[in-house]
Amino acid sequence: MRYHTPESFEDASAIAAGAEGVTRYLAGGTDILVQMRSDIVTPDDLIDIKHIVGVKEIARSDDGGWRIGAAVAGAELGEHDGVGADWPGVVEAMELVGSTQVQGRATLTGNLCNASPAADSVPAMIAAGATVSVTGPDGPRKIAVEDVPTGPGQISLVRGEVVTAVNLPARGPGGGDAYLRFTPRTEMDIAVVGCGISLTRDGDTITSARVALGAVAPTALLVEAAAAALVGGTLDDGALDALAAAAEAACNPIDDKRGTIRFRTHVAGVLARRVAKIAYDRAGGAK
Amino acid sequence: MSKIHVTTTVNGDATEFLCDPRETLLDVLRDRLSLTGAKEGCGTGDCGACSVTVDGRLISSCLMLAAEAEGKEIGTVEGIATGEELHPLQRKFIEHAALQCGVCTPGILVAVKNLLERDPDPTEQQVRYWLAGNLCRCTGYDKIIRAVMDAAAEMRGAA
Repeated sequence: MRYHTPESFEDASAIAAGAEGVTRYLAGGTDILVQMRSDIVTPDDLIDIKHIVGVKEIARSDDGGWRIGAAVAGAELGEHDGVGADWPGVVEAMELVGSTQVQGRATLTGNLCNASPAADSVPAMIAAGATVSVTGPDGPRKIAVEDVPTGPGQISLVRGEVVTAVNLPARGPGGGDAYLRFTPRTEMDIAVVGCGISLTRDGDTITSARVALGAVAPTALLVEAAAAALVGGTLDDGALDALAAAAEAACNPIDDKRGTIRFRTHVAGVLARRVAKIAYDRAGGAK
Repeated sequence: MSKIHVTTTVNGDATEFLCDPRETLLDVLRDRLSLTGAKEGCGTGDCGACSVTVDGRLISSCLMLAAEAEGKEIGTVEGIATGEELHPLQRKFIEHAALQCGVCTPGILVAVKNLLERDPDPTEQQVRYWLAGNLCRCTGYDKIIRAVMDAAAEMRGAA
């Protein structure tokens, strides 16, 4: 295995584009090192992106949102006051990933590109309307987070492309987001179902919403019908019922040791109700 | 396979080593630097026995390549005591019998020392959540938590 430490994303991209065998990028390493150890993945070229300027930075973007470098660890994100104030749902979702030790290294970008259907930060990022910046042989582009995973362990990036940062949009007034997952244990577990919701309010009325579900399909889902159940209303019981029904209808889960199809589908509706209430309260100014 | 030359700092001492690209920081600490305090429990980041700090950040050394240590400051359990004088956490672990087989102990000491540097007065719940990724199969955790709370109180008193 060749270990590369490029000093620019263009160089990282060129190494990956010119490599012939198995290529992986290394940021936090909390997935790739486990895969290497268990011989699931044996890279010929491993490209450590942490020598690139800015990969550890969290910065305000021109549109008032946030640009989170590809190697920013969960603990660093959690300690950043600005992102947590704007997007508490994204931060709380990332902080659910792994232990304190894993938080010291694991990244939003890695959680997304590892493409586990159960990745906690992904539904929260989808709900937030996050995009990723990508550099590749054909130049830079931005991709919506929901368009990155294409199946378990599979992403839409082509050879030579590399994620440089996660972009969260400007929060704006009257906005709130939240993420909850169901796990049998409170820590060190993998989501049976995860749900992220972001919405905006004008007074008591919901003016926009995005609802995302994790671990109930091959990829995290953006559920537009569930968002439609919220918009225009005040989160009354009827809206919550419609939200839960739409969330359940979107589920296409597997039966496994963590949960049955029936259980996962039911929990998706339950979580959607709970998450919507938290996001609604946060949008109304609650901390 | 050509080896990678790494210059780093371990427990305050400038250190150099040669490593293979696939070697983890844990491999190098134990096998090349003879610092065998960090243990390999699972090798997959689940058990916390290999916990060390890198630039003050708690991590699992089995989930970091040794080559990534270039220019970093590594802290291991060997750096906790001052010569022959045990750190208050180490003393309290002995007083409270907060260990049996001891395989998890170095990782737990490194982890809670890092917590107390961030927050000298954590609640019991904070300590338990902080240590959620440090598995102990002997003690049932209660003695560990008592030792940490007692050490934290003593360290606050001494400050």
